[in-house]
Amino acid sequence: MSSIDAGFACLIAAFVAFAYGAAASIWGGRNADRRWVDSARRGVYAAAILLTLCVVVLEAAFLRSDFSVALVADHSSTTTPTLYKMTALWGSQGGSILLWAWVLSIASSGVLFATRHKHREVVPWATAVLCGLGIFFTGLMLLAGGANPFDRLSPVPAEGLGLNPLLRHPAMAIHPPMLYSGYVLFSIPFAFAIGALVARRLDTSWIRSTRRFGLLAWIFLSVGILLGAGWSYVELGWGGYWGWDPVENASLMPWLVGTAFLHSIMVQERRGMLKVWNVSLICVTFALSLLGTFLVRSGILQSIHAFGESTVGTPLLVLIALVLAGSTALIISRLGDLRAERRVESMASREAVFLVNNVLLIGLAFIIFYGTFFPLIAEAVTGERSTLAAPWFDRYVTPLAILVVLFTGIGPLLAWRQISAGRALRLFGPPVAFAAVVLVALIAFTDSASEPGALIMFTFAAFALAGLLGEFVRGATAQNALTGDGWALSLGRVVVRNRRRYGGYTVHVGIILAFVSIAASSSFQNTDDVRMLPGDSTTVGDYELTYVRPEAYRDFDEDRLTFGSVVEVRRDGELVETLTPSRNYYSSSSTGTVRSFFEGEATSEVGRSGGAAEDFWTAMRPDLTEPAIENFIATADRRIDEATIPEVLPDPETPGGAEAMRGIAEARSEFQGLAITNLEERFENGEIPVDFRINVNPLVIWIWVGGAIGVIGGLIAAWPTASAKRRRVSDVYAARLAKDLGRA
Amino acid sequence: MEVALIALFVIAAVALFVSIPLRPGAESSKRIEDPEGAELEARKESKYREIRDAELDREQGKLSQADWARADAELRREAIEILREIDALEERK
Repeated sequence: MSSIDAGFACLIAAFVAFAYGAAASIWGGRNADRRWVDSARRGVYAAAILLTLCVVVLEAAFLRSDFSVALVADHSSTTTPTLYKMTALWGSQGGSILLWAWVLSIASSGVLFATRHKHREVVPWATAVLCGLGIFFTGLMLLAGGANPFDRLSPVPAEGLGLNPLLRHPAMAIHPPMLYSGYVLFSIPFAFAIGALVARRLDTSWIRSTRRFGLLAWIFLSVGILLGAGWSYVELGWGGYWGWDPVENASLMPWLVGTAFLHSIMVQERRGMLKVWNVSLICVTFALSLLGTFLVRSGILQSIHAFGESTVGTPLLVLIALVLAGSTALIISRLGDLRAERRVESMASREAVFLVNNVLLIGLAFIIFYGTFFPLIAEAVTGERSTLAAPWFDRYVTPLAILVVLFTGIGPLLAWRQISAGRALRLFGPPVAFAAVVLVALIAFTDSASEPGALIMFTFAAFALAGLLGEFVRGATAQNALTGDGWALSLGRVVVRNRRRYGGYTVHVGIILAFVSIAASSSFQNTDDVRMLPGDSTTVGDYELTYVRPEAYRDFDEDRLTFGSVVEVRRDGELVETLTPSRNYYSSSSTGTVRSFFEGEATSEVGRSGGAAEDFWTAMRPDLTEPAIENFIATADRRIDEATIPEVLPDPETPGGAEAMRGIAEARSEFQGLAITNLEERFENGEIPVDFRINVNPLVIWIWVGGAIGVIGGLIAAWPTASAKRRRVSDVYAARLAKDLGRA
Repeated sequence: MEVALIALFVIAAVALFVSIPLRPGAESSKRIEDPEGAELEARKESKYREIRDAELDREQGKLSQADWARADAELRREAIEILREIDALEERK
């Protein structure tokens, strides 16, 4: 018995466990028999254990380079570094679906364990939904061609193909599981929303039990998006962090709608409003999460991140349709139970601003959805496929993003229900004054006025940040007046005591910093594309770049040819840094040709010198289409063929023929090596001109700093309150309420 | 064939595990909270959060003393009503 067979058996058993879980939970729900619901929950635990074993078996296969497993042979090699062997699992279709199912089973087990004594009527249906998703994803691996991660190869290849070079980056090792965890965790509030709809238990209890899962989903998705943007910035060599690529957009859409959901459930919790809106939002968020997976896996839209056409696209599309149609029908049938308990009392209230921000976030998601799927829409209408580029997205997204920042600043300044005009004026005064000062200073001392959109963004951000800072100061001051603990300790206490509120404010600070950074780096970027030979210099902004010398080397382990450069960066004549940007070419095949290096994947190692204020960024690309170089490559390959390929090829099936074929391959490899060495020398002699892209990006690092602050804020907001403490607080209030009742 | 045998063995083990709550005498979720109680508990927690929020808003100057007192009194009345409903439910049990 091999471990791979055992892993495959575990996958089959996980499918059966999910199927049993779905059937048992529906039976238990329909007959109000808790024993069957408990049994179904155990089915989910079993699936989680079995899928964990599947992951362990495959990871072990990757680590020992077991090329009898097609997944390992296609995505790893003996020379792949251990970190990337371990993370290669989710670089493949089957592996990424296994990751989906595995995270789903773990998260489902977690929420079902946490609610094992709660939600008697909701949990059976939520379990059925989660098991249904488990059936879908494990079934996809078992039934869809090419999606089984345990598929075997015969004969077993001596070496694997290795991991896609673009994925050999630490950010890419973590990015997929982060994104997938975000997508999957949104299934928890979705499943409980469906359970609440089926059971007609549409109070806030399902929200209370799943809010943290929604927050964790948001955190994971945020980290995934930030890592993806970072990878794009330092690895792809085009100079940006966000290109409005369909797969990038696919992760942003559930993030936006999920953000709206996390805000609007607060309104339902406190004011009993927006019930229809909330169940609709979580259903759309989850459908968009599935859409994200679909876009990566279906190959329906062209993307640098997509995995091309596959067999799982259609089933995923059917699931998305089922989720949308089923949840819509369920919501319509329960409209009577979803009536709001109250109405918005005043537009000058926190809940009114939450609602406005919700509309803005949904508007952003809709614009991005339209822009992403425009190629399909255009094809359906006109018969011709055309795409919308970054300027289209910028034109429509920017105004809404500016308004989001404005209302992010207004919301925290308002109280729930309503605020008097006098109080509002007093609270809005300092942030408005600060924003006015910032506006005047930006106009007077910078060229911000040349970019009105960015100028408005900076002004609104100043208003919002000042307002949020005021919240922290007022909270700490009030606490300090109460306890006299000192300002710092008081700040800590007020944050710990009100984690949801101050965690949320911290998220807002991070997001605003990121938005400011995006506005600054996209509006005031200095950029230049210049062709250079060794010794040439060029000036971009305040910087001068000198191409000092070329460097070329070959990595035989990774079958990689690198053309690099040493460049000096000066500012005001002073050497700032010496950078070594390079371009890596990975051989696309083992045909033994020189051209095979330039037909496969190529990656960029960018040169960066950055600080808080701005980031100097450069990437290089040798021009291999120069006639002399193109001619050299063609001639070298022709001569390799002439010198190594006999008129009659030996039959590799015969012992002598196989030996002869090996001899031919060795000879081609030798000739290829000589030609590559010659090409390296030509590059190092400066015969190949290099195209440099040079960017000076202001404040760009703050995208990730702001993102990290936002994630920390999310963790503060999600951090559980100790139950004992919650009880104590409740008891205090109960005692006070009883006292008031006594007086009355 | 080998895979099928292992799968059958694993499925049998899973069947043993999931059937525990179905066996005679199994203690199946005796502590389960009833939906009505859970709903009241959720409403109570929400109300307490509203009271705490109003208090924080007053401390931060978003509500005047008079506005807060009015809102606080109303919220406490609603909270007491929920507590009464919880007590009544407990008594019914």
